[in-house]
Amino acid sequence: MDMASSNLQAEAAGAALRDKIVVKSLDFYYAPGGAKALKSVSLPLKLGKVTAFIGPSGCGKSTLLRVLNRMYDLYPGQHAEGEVLMDGENLLDPSLDLNLLRSRVGMVFQKPTPFPMSIYDNIAFGVRLYEKLPKSEMDGRVEQALKKAALWNEVKDKLKSSGLGLSGGQQQRLCIARSVAIRPEVILFDEPTSALDPIATAKIEELIDELSGDYTLAIVTHSMQQAARVSDFTAFMYLGEMIEFDDTKKVFTTPRDKRTQDYITGRFG
Amino acid sequence: MASIYPARRRRNSMWMSLSVAAAAFGLTWLFLILAVLFWKGLAGISPDVFTQMTPPPGSPGGGLLNAIAGSLIMTVIGVAVGAPLGMLAGTYLAEYGKHSRLAFVVRFINDILLSAPSIVIGLFVYEIIVAPMGHFSGFAGAVALAILVIPVVVRTTEDMLNLVPNTLREAGAALGMPRSTVIQRIAYRAARAGLVTGVLLATARVSGETAPLLFTALNNQFWSWNFNQPISSLPVVIFQFALSPYKDWQQLAWTGALIITLAILALSVTARTLSATKRGEA
Repeated sequence: MDMASSNLQAEAAGAALRDKIVVKSLDFYYAPGGAKALKSVSLPLKLGKVTAFIGPSGCGKSTLLRVLNRMYDLYPGQHAEGEVLMDGENLLDPSLDLNLLRSRVGMVFQKPTPFPMSIYDNIAFGVRLYEKLPKSEMDGRVEQALKKAALWNEVKDKLKSSGLGLSGGQQQRLCIARSVAIRPEVILFDEPTSALDPIATAKIEELIDELSGDYTLAIVTHSMQQAARVSDFTAFMYLGEMIEFDDTKKVFTTPRDKRTQDYITGRFG
Repeated sequence: MASIYPARRRRNSMWMSLSVAAAAFGLTWLFLILAVLFWKGLAGISPDVFTQMTPPPGSPGGGLLNAIAGSLIMTVIGVAVGAPLGMLAGTYLAEYGKHSRLAFVVRFINDILLSAPSIVIGLFVYEIIVAPMGHFSGFAGAVALAILVIPVVVRTTEDMLNLVPNTLREAGAALGMPRSTVIQRIAYRAARAGLVTGVLLATARVSGETAPLLFTALNNQFWSWNFNQPISSLPVVIFQFALSPYKDWQQLAWTGALIITLAILALSVTARTLSATKRGEA
C-alpha cells in the first residue's frame, strides 16, 4: 500500500520532465541471504535536475546512490535486484561494462579524494582512460573542467603542484572537476560537504546549482537545509524504504507522510 | 575527587620512572656495543680495507675488497629477485585476496617464514641447490638471501597497501578505472614511501645475514665474479676472521663489522626519512 502510493507520487511528480534514470522495485542485500538494505525502492531521476536523498543514518540513501554506478560491485557478496534503467538500459545487467558505466555516471565522495599526483594530472588521468588527446587539447580540457568546478582561478598558477596541498574545499572541487572532465551524464554526490566548513559548503552548493541543467545530479545529504537549497526533487527514505518522493518544495512544505513530516521538523525518534 | 589525585600522581611518576629506567637499561647496552665497535673498528679503517683482498693468515696488510664486493652483489641480486616477488604477493593479499582462504593460508605461512631462523633457509638452499650442483656458489647465496627478502617485503607491502584509504580506490573505480590501474597508478603511488621503506628494511636485514651464506656461498679468499663458484661476503669473513687466532684477521673482522653496521644504519636512516615524508607527496 505504501509502495504503491509512493510509486504513484513518483509518477505524478514532474511528469512533464524526461526521466534520465528510473529505479524500479530495487532490493539490495549487503550479504547473500542477509537482510534487505533497500526494500522495493522506486523513483526517477529527472534529466538535468537535482534529486536529494534524505533520511536518518542507515536508511539506505547512500546504498541507493552506490547502486546507480554499481559501486557495490567492488565488494563481493553485495547484490541488487530489480531494475535501474538509464535511458532505457538496465544498469543491473551483469554483462554491462562497469568502467563505461562509471564514465557516464560520475561520483563525488564524502571525504575529498584527490589522487596523490599533481592538480593537472588528477584531471588528465581520468580523461586519458578514455581519450588520447594531444597536449594542447588536454590542457584545454583540464582548464575547462577546472573552470566548471569554479577552481580555475585559485589553481591556474600551480597546476603542477600536488592535489593534496589544496584545502579541503578546494580538494572537493578538484574531485568534481575530475568527474566533469570525463563528460559524464549523471553525477552522484555522497554527502559532499559533510567534511567541509560553511564557506566551502556554500561554494559546493553553488556549484551543484550551476552543474544542474548540463548534468543529472543526485545528492545524499544529512542536512535538510542543504536538500531544500540545492535540490529540485527530494526523496525521503526510512529503514530501507522510499517513503516519499516529490518536488522538494512539496516535501518540505506539505509532506504527505507522517514520518516525513516528523523527520523534516526534527521530531524524529 | 581531589583526595585521590596525589596518589594518582605518585603512581604515575612511579610507572614513568620504571619505563625510563627500562629504556635506559636497554639503550646502555646498545651504546656500549656501538662504542666498542667504533673503538675497535675505526682503528683498522684504511684505504687498504677497500682496495685489497682478504689476506692469508700471518701476512700483514690486506683488506676486505672481495668480501665487500661479494656482499654487495649477492644482496643486490637477492633483493632484485625477492622484492618483486614479495611485492606481487603482498599486492595479492591486500588488493585481491584479502578475505579469501588462500590469502589466509599465504599470510600464515608468510608469518612463519618471517620468523624462521635464517640458518634453516641456508640448509634448505643447501639441499635444493648446493647439494645437486655439488659445490658452493654465489648463486646459491643470492637465492638464500632472496628467500629471506620475500616474507619481509610481502608483509610490508600488504601493510602499506592496507593503509591506503579505501575511498581512494573507490574514487579511482568511480572514474571507471580497471582494478589493475587503480592498484598500479593510485594505490602504489599513495603507498610509495612505505613500499620503498619495506624494500630498504629487507635489504638491511639480509645484508647482515651470516648463517644462510655459510651453507651456500661459503667464502673465497680471492676476487671472483664467477657466480658458479663460492663467493666471499662480509658477514662470513667476519665470522671466520673473528674466530681465528690471528691478530690482523681479528682486526679486519672488527673493521668489517663496523662497515656493515654503518651501511645498515645508512639504509635505516634513509628508510626512516622516506617514511617520514608525507605520503604521496610528489
